[in-house]
Amino acid sequence: MSDVRNVIIIGSGPAGYTAAVYAARAELRPLVFEGSITAGGALMNTTDVENFPGFPDGIMGPDLMDNLRKQAERFGADLVPEDVTSVDLTKPVKEVTAGGETFLAHTVILATGSGYRELGVPGEKELSGRGTSWCATCDGFFFRDQDIAVVGGGDTAMEEALFLTRFAKSVTVVHRRDELRASKIMAERAFANEKISFVWDTEVVEVLGEDRVHGLRVRDRNNGEERTLDVTGLFVAIGHDPRVELFDGQIELDDEGYVKADFPSTRTNLEGVFAAGDVVDHQYRQAITAAGTGCSAALDAERYLAEHGN
Amino acid sequence: MSTVKNVTDATFNDEVLASDKPVLVDFWADWCGPCKQMAPVLDKLAEEYGDKIEVVKINTDQNPDTPRAYNVMSLPTMNVYKGGEVVKQLIGAKPKRVLEKELAEFL
Repeated sequence: MSDVRNVIIIGSGPAGYTAAVYAARAELRPLVFEGSITAGGALMNTTDVENFPGFPDGIMGPDLMDNLRKQAERFGADLVPEDVTSVDLTKPVKEVTAGGETFLAHTVILATGSGYRELGVPGEKELSGRGTSWCATCDGFFFRDQDIAVVGGGDTAMEEALFLTRFAKSVTVVHRRDELRASKIMAERAFANEKISFVWDTEVVEVLGEDRVHGLRVRDRNNGEERTLDVTGLFVAIGHDPRVELFDGQIELDDEGYVKADFPSTRTNLEGVFAAGDVVDHQYRQAITAAGTGCSAALDAERYLAEHGN
Repeated sequence: MSTVKNVTDATFNDEVLASDKPVLVDFWADWCGPCKQMAPVLDKLAEEYGDKIEVVKINTDQNPDTPRAYNVMSLPTMNVYKGGEVVKQLIGAKPKRVLEKELAEFL
């Protein structure tokens, strides 16, 4: 057991690191659990981030995260590349266990983000890494001159489809509705790209292949007819689920399974526990909104500590 | 202390396939974020277990032949070679503890 810290931050995306910058500048010496291999969060899987204010020419996702990390470190945040394995958030002094050691703190900021959602169809898991991927920037390169599919209709799906046109012969976007959820600018870019075609009102029912993907079994949602789509790659971009398994059962979640925060504050139903970023937000889910709520969480924690005489 | 050496298409045969020790090959590229996240884990692995297993990395962007020959379609992919054959394949970034467990038979 260690001394009781002021603040422990769990997570290292824009929310976690921004909370760390603010808490460190307030001289709260935050302890940040970055995760052993997830440090940097979702932006580590992206390329150009064009919409983060202050970068007129855009910035690479991993570079942005590296900058944020350095900024937190500069003000004295303790950054630990470990995965938190359990927490007890219900008592006045919170317990956070990582790397076999338990750490104590008066406040905890939850910034664990979200993870890729899976399709949950036969063949998907079996062929993961063998033609099925959740990261176009990582794996797109291996699909040069091939016909591939992207499943999804949001901004991430459009971004992946557009990125994949650099390598692929063709990209088919399979979407279960008849219109995209993506922003106008992303949708227009995708529609304008000659390599991208769309299959509407259609869902994937099976990923086909033995050693590697050689097709998709898809079903038309209007008439139930099934057919095979001849593709050798499948990129899944159907959304995210909040990472709440660590504190599920201790903290109040909303109907969709995200941590419930008392917006516009970041307070949760537990005293001294605050939440920021994608683990709270299923509405905006942007780097800048995550950073914004990370800032709020640090300020909320600072105020809480002052009110409780720490 | 053992470090993570770079191998190439040209040196793969000598450094990996002909090695007496098992070799863990990390297929990576500099545009792969999870690969960057894996790098410190592999450094530590090489440092701790370098006497039992050789840890090397190959830049798939600059060396396309080897990943193609071994059907690598996702980064990072980590293959263990023993006596010139792939005896284990791990796909995706993994925490050190998980790697240690997966590689226990070689460590």
